[in-house]
Amino acid sequence: MNDTFEPSTNFKELPILKKPEEKVYWRSMDELADSAEFRTYLETEFPSKHDTWLDPVSRRDFLKVMGASLGLMMFTACRRPLEKIFPVNEAPENQIPGKPVFYATALAFGGLAQGVIVETHEGRPTKIEGNPAHPDSLGATDVFTQAAILDMYDPDRSQSVVHRGVVSSLDSFVRALTPELAVQKQTQGASFRIVSEVTSSPSLLAQRAAFLKAYPKAQWIQYEPLGRYNALQGAKLAFGDFLEARLNVEKADVIVSLDSNFLDEGPAKLRYAREFAAGRQLTDGRTTMNRLYVVEPCPSITGSTADHRLALRASDIESFARELARALNVSDVAAGGALSPEARKWVNVVAADLSRSRGSSLIVAGDEQPPVVHALAHAMNQALGNAGRTVSYASSPVAESATGWQDMQQLVKDMEEKRVDLLLFVGGNPIYDLPVDVELARYMNRVQFVARLGLHENETSNLSHWHVPQAHALESWNDVRALDGTITIAQPMIEPLYGGKTPQEFIALVLENAHSAHDLLKDYWKKESRVALFDSFWQQSLHDGIVSHTALATHQPNVRSGFAKEFSAIKGDVEIVFRPDPTIWDGRFANNAWLQELPKPISKLTWDNAAYLSPAMAKRLNVENGDLVSLNYKGRTLDVPVWITPGHADQSLSITLGYGRTKAGRVGDQHGFNAYMLRTSDAPYFDGGLTVTKKGGSYKLVATQTHHSMEGREIVRAATLAEYKSDPKFSYRKTDWPEESETLYDTAPKLDEETGWGLTIDMNGCTGCNACIIACQSENNISTVGKDQVSRGREMHWIRVDNYFEGSTDNPEMLHQPVTCMHCENAPCEPVCPVGATSHTAEGLNQMVYNRCVGTRYCSNNCPYKVRRYNFFQYADDSTEQFKFMRNPDVTVRSRGVMEKCTYCVQRIQEVKIEAMKTDREIKDGEIMTACQSACPTRVITFGNIRDKKSRVAQLKNEPRNYAMLGDLGVRPRTTYLAKVRNVNPEI
Amino acid sequence: MAASPQAPLLEPGQTYGSVTDKISGIVLTKNTPITWFIIFTCAFALLMMMLGSISWLLIKGIGVWGVNIPVGWGFAIVNFVWWIGIGHAGTLISAILFLLHQTWRNSINRFAEAMTLFAVACAGLFPLLHVGRPWRAYWLFPYPNTMSMWPQFRSPLMWDVFAVSTYATVSALFWFVGLVPDVAAMRDRAKNPIAQRFYGILAMGWRNSAKHWNVHDTASLLLAGLATPLVLSVHSVVSFDFAISIVPGWHTTIFPPYFVAGAIYSGFAMVLTLMIPFRKLYHMEALITERHIDNMAKVMLATGLMVAYGYLMEAILCWYNGSQYEVGMFFSRIKGPYWPAYWALILCNIVIPQVLWWKKNRLNTLVLWGVSIVVNIGMWLERFVIVVISLHRDFVPSSWGIYHPTFWDLSLFIGTMGFFLTLLFLFIRFIPAISIFETRHLLHESEHHKDGVHGS
Repeated sequence: MNDTFEPSTNFKELPILKKPEEKVYWRSMDELADSAEFRTYLETEFPSKHDTWLDPVSRRDFLKVMGASLGLMMFTACRRPLEKIFPVNEAPENQIPGKPVFYATALAFGGLAQGVIVETHEGRPTKIEGNPAHPDSLGATDVFTQAAILDMYDPDRSQSVVHRGVVSSLDSFVRALTPELAVQKQTQGASFRIVSEVTSSPSLLAQRAAFLKAYPKAQWIQYEPLGRYNALQGAKLAFGDFLEARLNVEKADVIVSLDSNFLDEGPAKLRYAREFAAGRQLTDGRTTMNRLYVVEPCPSITGSTADHRLALRASDIESFARELARALNVSDVAAGGALSPEARKWVNVVAADLSRSRGSSLIVAGDEQPPVVHALAHAMNQALGNAGRTVSYASSPVAESATGWQDMQQLVKDMEEKRVDLLLFVGGNPIYDLPVDVELARYMNRVQFVARLGLHENETSNLSHWHVPQAHALESWNDVRALDGTITIAQPMIEPLYGGKTPQEFIALVLENAHSAHDLLKDYWKKESRVALFDSFWQQSLHDGIVSHTALATHQPNVRSGFAKEFSAIKGDVEIVFRPDPTIWDGRFANNAWLQELPKPISKLTWDNAAYLSPAMAKRLNVENGDLVSLNYKGRTLDVPVWITPGHADQSLSITLGYGRTKAGRVGDQHGFNAYMLRTSDAPYFDGGLTVTKKGGSYKLVATQTHHSMEGREIVRAATLAEYKSDPKFSYRKTDWPEESETLYDTAPKLDEETGWGLTIDMNGCTGCNACIIACQSENNISTVGKDQVSRGREMHWIRVDNYFEGSTDNPEMLHQPVTCMHCENAPCEPVCPVGATSHTAEGLNQMVYNRCVGTRYCSNNCPYKVRRYNFFQYADDSTEQFKFMRNPDVTVRSRGVMEKCTYCVQRIQEVKIEAMKTDREIKDGEIMTACQSACPTRVITFGNIRDKKSRVAQLKNEPRNYAMLGDLGVRPRTTYLAKVRNVNPEI
Repeated sequence: MAASPQAPLLEPGQTYGSVTDKISGIVLTKNTPITWFIIFTCAFALLMMMLGSISWLLIKGIGVWGVNIPVGWGFAIVNFVWWIGIGHAGTLISAILFLLHQTWRNSINRFAEAMTLFAVACAGLFPLLHVGRPWRAYWLFPYPNTMSMWPQFRSPLMWDVFAVSTYATVSALFWFVGLVPDVAAMRDRAKNPIAQRFYGILAMGWRNSAKHWNVHDTASLLLAGLATPLVLSVHSVVSFDFAISIVPGWHTTIFPPYFVAGAIYSGFAMVLTLMIPFRKLYHMEALITERHIDNMAKVMLATGLMVAYGYLMEAILCWYNGSQYEVGMFFSRIKGPYWPAYWALILCNIVIPQVLWWKKNRLNTLVLWGVSIVVNIGMWLERFVIVVISLHRDFVPSSWGIYHPTFWDLSLFIGTMGFFLTLLFLFIRFIPAISIFETRHLLHESEHHKDGVHGS
């Protein structure tokens, strides 16, 4: 080898530096001559280079000096300790970038807990799942809990302490509060009131006790506009105590709901829905199922799921309950008002059916029905021997809130008479949601000092002197009970985004015992738990999401008699019915776009409420959907648009609360109509004496589904139990399952023999509760589009729940059908895409390649199920910082002009596949759960590997009821349905 | 061909010189009619509206239109098919009638071809603009790329790309080749040096030599041969956009011939709509005679009947195949929310054109002009019925929706009419709208064969 090719490390040997003075390159003869003229020319031509070229300290020299300085600096930094230390060369425990970490916590709703497990990515909560260990979740979630993540990241949340509209600080607030407290101490708090939302938190209730001890004459009111006051008062009426009825729906064969939407409302709805569905499972050869009768005015989720539903005015429910109780030989019950012949027939048939199922039947009264109906239900359950079997009783975790409704009226009376000087609101929004005759707003200025702790600066904050930002439940330390008393110690998922305070921290300020929520809670539990190893108790409780053995003991109280001796009928031809809104509840979720855009379960309306009425009544009023009517009730008038609802009781008009907010935020303001403007304290849920007149003009109501007839097509297949027993394959059609046919094209890639993803939806258990929609929205970063875009048919939900009516318009059967992408093996969307942006995997996923999509929309046109969604505009908000935090990092955020659709949560499939591959193991059945599946309260969605014959999904696809929607098109859908079966009583 | 006594193709008394003078006079005159300026100004204003509409579309997104789920295609595709259809008459006249030696076409083919070209230009805008990300529309072309991605050759939209681009190319070439001798004549007659330059460049050195004529004739024949299948293929391929899909109302095997007939129908209607006023405005009765008008009306009547047969077959096949979805689609046409569109279509395309059975009506230019406009509207409605009515109610009733066009849909559609008219009026002003050499050829023939029909 030639030596000259060896790389030289000695700079001096480099030829260019050997003789630096030797000029090798020149650009002109002048330069070569290096004349004075040339130097001048050079200086003028490159004035910026002039210095470097001519300065004695050259660029090279400068670098030399800089290098030396750096070296010297490093020497000064070298002050290693002599002892051995350990570097942080590992990430913090449990934190692997890109890997989610899950924490158990709980979200309170109406004071009671829904246990959840929150997925966090690098300290940002992104998705909420149910906690399987929690008694009122069992792993499922409802729409409100799913949407809480958006509430937390809501950019409209209040972000600072505000004093009379001016940004202030917590210190200023404390400085202002302290003298007020001093004054109150002198009078034992005689003019001191706290109004909080209903709470079951042991630590907060302990603070309440401490507060009432420090200020004996003060009051702490727990108020919610839709508090379960009727249920508690009903228990008091029946048992003399504020007890909670705990249902065991699974054991009930015959269930009667007296206007109770127990599958979709109330603290234990998820548990009840699960048990209800379990009681009607017809898989694996079972042929028995429970039977549900529902009597209600306005179609609810529970009513639409019932085997038999009677549309009855809310005012007549009590009469119905009385007649039923009398038919069941409950003593001391006065007869109710006159019932229609149909209702009377119902009483007899239902009573007979109940009597046949003594001990395994159940009667549930709705929270919107007055206490006496609840008491009657308790009495009937006792008479039927159900107590202790299908229903048990225990004291209520929220018993202390039972008088809140009356307390608020008293508070306003006190304010009117200037007996209140210091008023603190802990959450809530009474200015907006108090009954209209309780004129809180009018007397607010008679109180010297009003402060509110709240998530949003809402209507009530607006009339308070001080507003303090509240920490969201996902940012808070808290403890909260389930309906049965089981406690969850809720832990924060993230440091409060805007420095919000928890109710406990806020009250600690009042008690002049300021500590962090964590310390307050831990101190409380140190005292309360009385366990030897507190740290392990604490850790275990936080880890599990429940504190074991904290359920309250059940007992068997006796129903007193004589509570129903008197009956006073409600007067008036037409009744008005106030209902919680199925998506924004009492108005608290008005600023949550997911919930606003979530179609109401029956009407499929979004972004608004309306006056629901029967087709017959609409005909009499000569109104159509969206026409404005004037509701005149007790001298007050409200103009609202109507929505004709098949199955609504006649001579009855129902309207949901929670709309018409004015200070909800950018999303929630000015949507819908404020029904609180008609609600009065003596008739919170319904009353007669309504006059409805057509006003003329109309309002644009927007629904995601406008056609509710199946047009004779076999979209949802249903049969009665008897039909099912005689022909279990009643839904089978040979044409649904065409053989794989010859094709000119290679279906590339060939479908895998070992893994093939598929999904089944058991229509028998689906209640249409919508939890799957919000779960999907949260998991898959699905945008909301707003009312205008929904009106143009551009909503983005990847899974939708269709609702069909069958039969008469007066009392139709209602059928709910969740529709995902079918992942057709022979997908019509695929061959029509000109750029190949939608294609098939070997495992059977029909996938969308967003960045390949040019947006011709041909795939959507050719999709027979119409499950594809298109970004007509730039729907995804890519500028708001909070939303960047909120999004699932495993799912692409789609941009304008791109098609999207259900992926079977491919990111979850991949996650598990990678984990399985790492340890070289098989994927277990049920290990992959789609977002809709894991949220589903009734567990009707099953996902898995259909090639594995032992998998649950493969077994379900072998069920006789399994059918393919539009299977006769030859598309071979991977999502299939198990047909619905109704347990019909032939006597009705 | 039967040689029956027919009206002459040129009015008597025309000479080579008078033909050339008359046609080139339109272009080389210094006195452009004021009507030209008025119409051109209006058309140009509409063109500006189109540009505004396109800008807004590009800024905001497809959502400015009325399309939605389920109606993923709306005005854009309706207009695309309509414009493409209009173009067909031009190609039919210039290519097929050329091959069939139907010399009566000679005085109208230039105009019809120009119309084809401009209609294709308008049509071509829509597929480009209707994609959600037009800046990525080039992905529809097969070109070697670092992504190793080819377009999906199974998609009819892909075939559209080839069909329409081929059509545009061949039409442009054919038109230009036919133009060369005429622009050479213009070059020779022009006095203005700029005009001389302009026509000189376009003439590509044409010197009227026999060799040139020989090559020119061969080229014309070859291009006519190339263009002929395109008359049938382009609209067949366009119909595949629908026929290949599974949407009830789209998935129909009769679509290709039915679309071609419809295209020729609408194309001739458009030629008449434009030519009747042109003939009047420039006093071209001597060159575009009643015979032309009559022939075109007959073609319209014939293709109209074919289209009527198509409608009838659609209905009969819905009943015959008994598919509930097809039946549902048919009922949604005749009595769904868009029933006026369907019945207006039947009125415009089937009922009214029957007046053309009477010669008196065919020769009454006012009546014929009215009918041609009605047919244009009817053919637009036909595409609306096919695209929108089929989509708005398909398989799953829960997803049925409704489609309302927005201002931007309308402004783009009307804007393309402005685009079309702008191009057309520039063409009339600067290029001989009637083929000089072919008309002279016609004159030559009519002098040698007094019956005016060239036996073949």
